Amino acid sequence: MAEQRPDPDALLAKVQREEARRRRGKLKVFFGAAAGVGKTYAMLAAAHEKHGEGADVVIGIVETHGRAETAALLEGLEVLPARPVEHRGARLREFDLDAALERRPTLIIVDELAHTNAPGSRHPKRWQDVEELLDAGIDVYTALNVQHLESLNDVVGGITGVRVQETVPDTAFDKADEVELVDLPPEELLERLKEGKVYMPQQAKAAVENFFRKGNLIALRELSLRRTAERVEEQMRVYREDQGISEVWQAGELILVCIGPGALAEHLVRAGRRFAAALHADWIVAYIETPQLQGLPARERDAVMQNLRLAESLGATTATLGAPQMSSAILDYAREKNVTKILLGKPTRTGLRRWLLGSVVDTVVREANDIDVYLLGGERVKPGETPVITRSRAYLGLPEAEREGAKPRWPGYAVAVLAPAVCTGIGFLVSGPTELINLVMVYLLGVMLVATRAGRGPSILASVLSVAAFDFFFVPPEFTFAVSDIRYLVTFAVMLLVGVVISSLAASLRTQARVAGYREKRAASLYAISRELAAALKEEEIVRTAAGHIGAEFGAQCAILFPNAAGRIVHPKGQSQSYSLHGADLGVAQWVFDHGRIAGRGTDTLPGGDAVYFPIQGASGPLGVLALLPSSLRRVFLPEQQRLLETILNQVALALERVRLAEAAQSAQIKVETESLRNSLLAGISHDLRTPLSSIVGAASSLAEEPERLSPQAQRELARTIYDEGQRMATLANNILDMARLDAGAVTLKRDWVPLEEVVGGVLTRLRARLEGRPVRIALPEDAPLVKLDAVLIEQVLVNIVENALKYTPAGTAIEISAEFAPAAVTVSVADEGPGIPPGLEEKLFDKFYRASPERAQSGVGLGLTICRAIVEAHGGTIRAENRSPHGAAFRFTLPRDEAPPALEGEERQTEPS
Amino acid sequence: MSEPRPVIVAIEDDPQIRRFLRTGLESHGFQIHEAETGAQGLAEAANRRADLVILDLGLPDMDGVEVVKKIREWSALPVIVLSARATETDKVAALDAGADDYLTKPFGLGELLARIRVALRHAQGAGAQDRGGVFAVADLKVDLAHRRIHVDGKEVHLTPIEYRLLALLVKHAGKVLTHRQLLKEVWGPAYVERSHYLRVHMAALRHKLEADPARPRFLLTEAGVGYRLAAD
Repeated sequence: MAEQRPDPDALLAKVQREEARRRRGKLKVFFGAAAGVGKTYAMLAAAHEKHGEGADVVIGIVETHGRAETAALLEGLEVLPARPVEHRGARLREFDLDAALERRPTLIIVDELAHTNAPGSRHPKRWQDVEELLDAGIDVYTALNVQHLESLNDVVGGITGVRVQETVPDTAFDKADEVELVDLPPEELLERLKEGKVYMPQQAKAAVENFFRKGNLIALRELSLRRTAERVEEQMRVYREDQGISEVWQAGELILVCIGPGALAEHLVRAGRRFAAALHADWIVAYIETPQLQGLPARERDAVMQNLRLAESLGATTATLGAPQMSSAILDYAREKNVTKILLGKPTRTGLRRWLLGSVVDTVVREANDIDVYLLGGERVKPGETPVITRSRAYLGLPEAEREGAKPRWPGYAVAVLAPAVCTGIGFLVSGPTELINLVMVYLLGVMLVATRAGRGPSILASVLSVAAFDFFFVPPEFTFAVSDIRYLVTFAVMLLVGVVISSLAASLRTQARVAGYREKRAASLYAISRELAAALKEEEIVRTAAGHIGAEFGAQCAILFPNAAGRIVHPKGQSQSYSLHGADLGVAQWVFDHGRIAGRGTDTLPGGDAVYFPIQGASGPLGVLALLPSSLRRVFLPEQQRLLETILNQVALALERVRLAEAAQSAQIKVETESLRNSLLAGISHDLRTPLSSIVGAASSLAEEPERLSPQAQRELARTIYDEGQRMATLANNILDMARLDAGAVTLKRDWVPLEEVVGGVLTRLRARLEGRPVRIALPEDAPLVKLDAVLIEQVLVNIVENALKYTPAGTAIEISAEFAPAAVTVSVADEGPGIPPGLEEKLFDKFYRASPERAQSGVGLGLTICRAIVEAHGGTIRAENRSPHGAAFRFTLPRDEAPPALEGEERQTEPS
Repeated sequence: MSEPRPVIVAIEDDPQIRRFLRTGLESHGFQIHEAETGAQGLAEAANRRADLVILDLGLPDMDGVEVVKKIREWSALPVIVLSARATETDKVAALDAGADDYLTKPFGLGELLARIRVALRHAQGAGAQDRGGVFAVADLKVDLAHRRIHVDGKEVHLTPIEYRLLALLVKHAGKVLTHRQLLKEVWGPAYVERSHYLRVHMAALRHKLEADPARPRFLLTEAGVGYRLAAD
């Protein structure tokens, strides 16, 4: 019973694969060895067949090149109008992707998969349009020649001598659901060519004829057959995996391709792809960037970036490793990733230098015990030939390399000339008493100084000049270059050698110091931004912090865009835009947000605009989009800058998620509190409204229904009840409304300079009826200064406190209102002679709905003192309650007096008009 | 009553309050016409040759202050505005726009009648001071013709500003005057924002005229609105 069960993970992967396949449209590629084999014809024939079966077939774009038999096949099929594009005066017809997406047929025919779209299109390449169609669930038929396959591009170039500009990444080809090889023996193809059945642009006739040689055609046919066979084999493998026939295949091969900045890199990447395909292995392309490599000219670094892009388009995972030692970085990374095979270029150092200085390859080979190491030889690159893939430049959209180190170089060389001269001067000064040989030291010191200041070139110049000067001025016979003693030649040689070595060392030290400086700067800015982001409490703060730092770090204008509730990216609110984000840009941002991929200038997608767009991905999904308008694309796309940007964006995402979570938690908390507050408010209000209402309804019904049975005396009493209870309800309603307004923050203080006496006067006038029979003592200082306060609200405070005193103290007891002025504050007290406040409740009194003795039928919801506190605190003051001895309570509130009262001009207190 | 009954137009959207106004005022010898909206009220006030308008500030169709302004375009007839509490700004705006007085809801019939009487008296151009130029309430006597003020029989000396302030209040005795109105009349238009001038001089005036300045008998404070000289 040795039944082999399929691995559950593999099964899951299969299910997911099928799921993804179901959602995606199906891609069928009509694959041929060269133009003219009849791909378009075969494709259209197949389309007709589908159409005949009742499928909704639409021609997206097909180039018939004027061939009648092909054109005839267009008959009877719906053709999508092409999008006219004006480019450099020429009118081009381009595939209309948006129209196709809008039309949504089940099957669409899109010829020439390798076509490059006119500038201004959404994607630079047609295969990207096709990807989007497939993503939208539309089936696609397309045609492709073998020479356009990225991984075979160089091989075909090698065979035919023609390297085509238009390529399709192998991943796009490999993902095709079906590949139909349209094969035609070379003889027949040549026959067709002679008959003029193959389209040939007139201007390139010679080149094309050169291409269509029999040898070439045989080779191309072989390549296409082989590539198709590889696919078949791959399908076989998948089939076997699916069927649980697993004994043959051992998974887990992982290939690490290490590239450097050299010419070999592109070759290595392509070889890596073929190697990985042959082994059915995953592969990683890593660029190891040592501090020395960071000092490379911009042009070469661009080439590295383009090679990494190339690797990605060929299906590799890419990585940029920053490490001081290349060999250890490779080995550490390989072990960490469980790499089984490492692919390296052949050592660049040869002979003595390799023996002396060692080689990365040797170290890796020596130390990679369990990992196979493969070395790849390259085509010999002639010195002076630039290995940079110019073809990719347009693709990447990078502007021509800026001249890094644009600083003028002549001052360095001036120093290099000056230094030996100075040394010579010193030499003359000390030459008498010292040995000639000591002067060599002086010159070497000069060279050393030049090396540390001006770099390698000037210091080598200084070495040579020093040797010459030493010879000319000091070595006998003096003032000639002739040398009397042959032993001095050794001195010269050693002097020169030491000078050059010093130069190299000092120069590399300088570079390392500079690179370390950059790193430190980046680390510092990262630290600063993380600290600020951690401190940010609001989304706006995060956006401001991030935008500020990113702007400064990348020399860019930037904005962070967020989606609205409907998931559409919108313009930021209130944020001033330093550049206009017009409609098209929002479209790109939306694409980035939806797909979670970078787009815009310098990328594969929508490279037309000026800005680059990066998704901000949180743990729970996309959060927003960073729009960056860089002054130089290089500052954004350099590997270490990209790492920095990624890190910053991660930090931003984290901070945003943190703030959003906190906000959500807080609003939930507020909701709960509001809920409980509302409940107790309702309970309080319903009690306090019902009591007076009962009295009013009762009294009024007596009056309304049977007035004749009531004595005039009784009628008056009932009317009085209604009046009193009505007043009570009015007070209650006012209190509730005041509290609601204060709570909602709807109250703005109207502070004026007011005499306290006037406020107290207002209180006594308002409460005149209720204060009847109560002795009220007023103790305000004579000539008290004005106080800046909101007279209406402070009057309310006093009214509430006095009413409170009236409520809780026995009738007839005295109430005292007093004020004390301190230099910076004024304290107003209302004291009574009642029973006082139960100990421990002094603070609670000011809480909402608190009543000292809940059982008593006192009116009021317990809001009066809460309102007092809210008003006093709004004035920046404090309020407290305390017991006084021997008995009674005192409520005191203190208001700040932080401004001097304004002076009065003009006529003051003179007396008497005439 | 020999003279014709004064005509009052009540502009108020709440039917219960209109009923209260009608029953209360008719029983005191006024003729009442009701209007539910500002537009209706303006028409009624013009058509009925109203002697006085009672105007609720919270109307469904237009701002009460607007109604006051419209009335003032063609008539000086007294307007008493009714407003809910906690809307001092509305009251002040209505008063500054030309309303004569205000009442805060809820109010009693007694208060309303007192306000109406004061307003009608002023409208007839017959303030107490015009009868011989002497205003007297309780033990305060102001002789505007001779610029003499007596409290409890003793003459009181005032500064020119204090006198101007008192004279203005006397002219409108019983009516509320806003801070703005007082400042403008006494100090001039440039001073309308300097309410502390008014408060300081009002305090001084109280100290000279009132027996207990903290419990004013004559110079009443309308918090947040202005001052009123008690007319009785």
